[in-house]
Amino acid sequence: MKFREVSLHFFLIATGLLTLTPFIWMVSASFMAEGHASVYPPRLFPDEFTFEQYNILFSRLNVGINFFNSLFLAVSITLISLFLNSMAGFAFAKYRFKGKKHLFNLLMSSMIIPAQVTMLPLFLMLKSMGLINTYFAIIIPGLANMFGIFLIRQYALSIPDSLIEAARMDGATDFQIYLNVMLPLAKPILVTLAIFTFMTIWNDFLWPLIALTDSSMYTLPVALANLMGEHTRDPELMMAGSVITIIPVLIVFLVLQKYYMEGIMMGSVKG
Amino acid sequence: MKTNQSAAYFFLAPAISAILLFFFVPVIAALLMSFTDFDIYSLGDYSFLKFVGFKNYISLFHDPLFWTALKNTFYFVSVAGPLSILVSLVSAMLLNSKLVKFRGIFRLSYFIPVVTTLVAVAVVWRFVYHPRFGILNYFLSFFSIDPIDWLGDPIWAMPSIILMSVWKNFGYNMIIFIAGLQNIPEYLYEAAEIEGANRWQQFKSITLPMLAPTTLFVSIITMIGFFQIFAEPYIMTQGGPLNSTLSIVQYMYQEGFRWWNMGYSAAIAFTLFFIIFVGTTIQFKIQKSSELI
Repeated sequence: MKFREVSLHFFLIATGLLTLTPFIWMVSASFMAEGHASVYPPRLFPDEFTFEQYNILFSRLNVGINFFNSLFLAVSITLISLFLNSMAGFAFAKYRFKGKKHLFNLLMSSMIIPAQVTMLPLFLMLKSMGLINTYFAIIIPGLANMFGIFLIRQYALSIPDSLIEAARMDGATDFQIYLNVMLPLAKPILVTLAIFTFMTIWNDFLWPLIALTDSSMYTLPVALANLMGEHTRDPELMMAGSVITIIPVLIVFLVLQKYYMEGIMMGSVKG
Repeated sequence: MKTNQSAAYFFLAPAISAILLFFFVPVIAALLMSFTDFDIYSLGDYSFLKFVGFKNYISLFHDPLFWTALKNTFYFVSVAGPLSILVSLVSAMLLNSKLVKFRGIFRLSYFIPVVTTLVAVAVVWRFVYHPRFGILNYFLSFFSIDPIDWLGDPIWAMPSIILMSVWKNFGYNMIIFIAGLQNIPEYLYEAAEIEGANRWQQFKSITLPMLAPTTLFVSIITMIGFFQIFAEPYIMTQGGPLNSTLSIVQYMYQEGFRWWNMGYSAAIAFTLFFIIFVGTTIQFKIQKSSELI
């Protein structure tokens, strides 16, 4: 059975290399001088190592501002939506109120409607409020979503009622119970949801492309797409731009991958 | 449990009003819009707006470019969908083998494309596919395959986008399949072993049926996501060459936000929604009927 084991690993390593090669080339080309990635045969490693491309991106093309936009939007939407979704998820799990079932089902139906359907009217709404090309244009559609509410509700269902009752006996208000009982107990799902939201907002493209019109307001993906139009012949520069765009999500993922993977399972088992 | 209603409404109000106002209201508005001639003139002054009934949907039906976008999108979904699910399943089964060492590292490296920014990897792949300097053609040259103009040739452009999408997405479904495989009780295989079933028979009569719910879920989310393809062609081909990679969403984007034919664009958006809805229903039906057998 030795042969079986060796061939299996050979196959796994080959697949791994194929999967990672585009990334290896991306990182390596980003450290090449202008024109050095446009040669035949292609270089897999830089012949001379340089930060030139990163320098151009930050000093001449002002990508720093786009980096800030992406970071600011991803972090603020993550925090706000976590707050709103967790309150609603808590209410759906632990309160009885009129119309609960109908409201929940109505909201669940939002998950089968593709977001593109909302974009035209949303654009007109935000335009009439003067919010197109501002941070609000991205934040407003991201305030809350049913996916988040659903995940938190499922988790909150498992929190024992007795804990909540005990807190109430001690004179805690409903909001205090939410803050001091529910949130600490739901920490794992909150972390999972935070990563999902951060990554979704960071990686999002179509809506920011529509809603942000000045290059100083662009998020990184939109800025990158825009640069692509002018720099089709500068792979080194574009690779540096791609590295900058990918690194933050990659770090978030690598540090918190346990929570991310659990999130996929939860979505798939109960979704 | 004793609860007060007003507290529940207090907790729900912010999220629910945000979703109603910025999701459901736009959905209904878009439906109404699709029955109007909303264009660049109406954008300046809503009084130009006219109700036109099903005219936009009828025009779509006679619009060759829309049919091209539809055909391209179906091509993409029907090849990239099954292919990525197949790759996911095979890699999940290989990784699930007891023989595998360093399982975590393999899983991680297959998964990384999933979390990386789509626009950035599309930019990378655009250069990977470069006809002269791209690493793909260089790699193929070792097998004496002549350089191919991947993104510049109308025949090859869509397969190139499919290949990249499979690469980008298979890791996600792989994780779900691994979970599904681990839920299959070991004794089923042991029993089959005793009965003398070979590996292929075990796969066919244990693994596949036990994975059916997982496969349904994976097919549906993959299909829904793939029908909405936009960034890949937008970055790599701009829908070209000769509209061979123009997708439904890109056509909607162009009509709505470049030419401001927003009524027409809304009709495209609803057609997409309808297609996804029908696709999801069909897959549920297929699953149901195969359970009866």
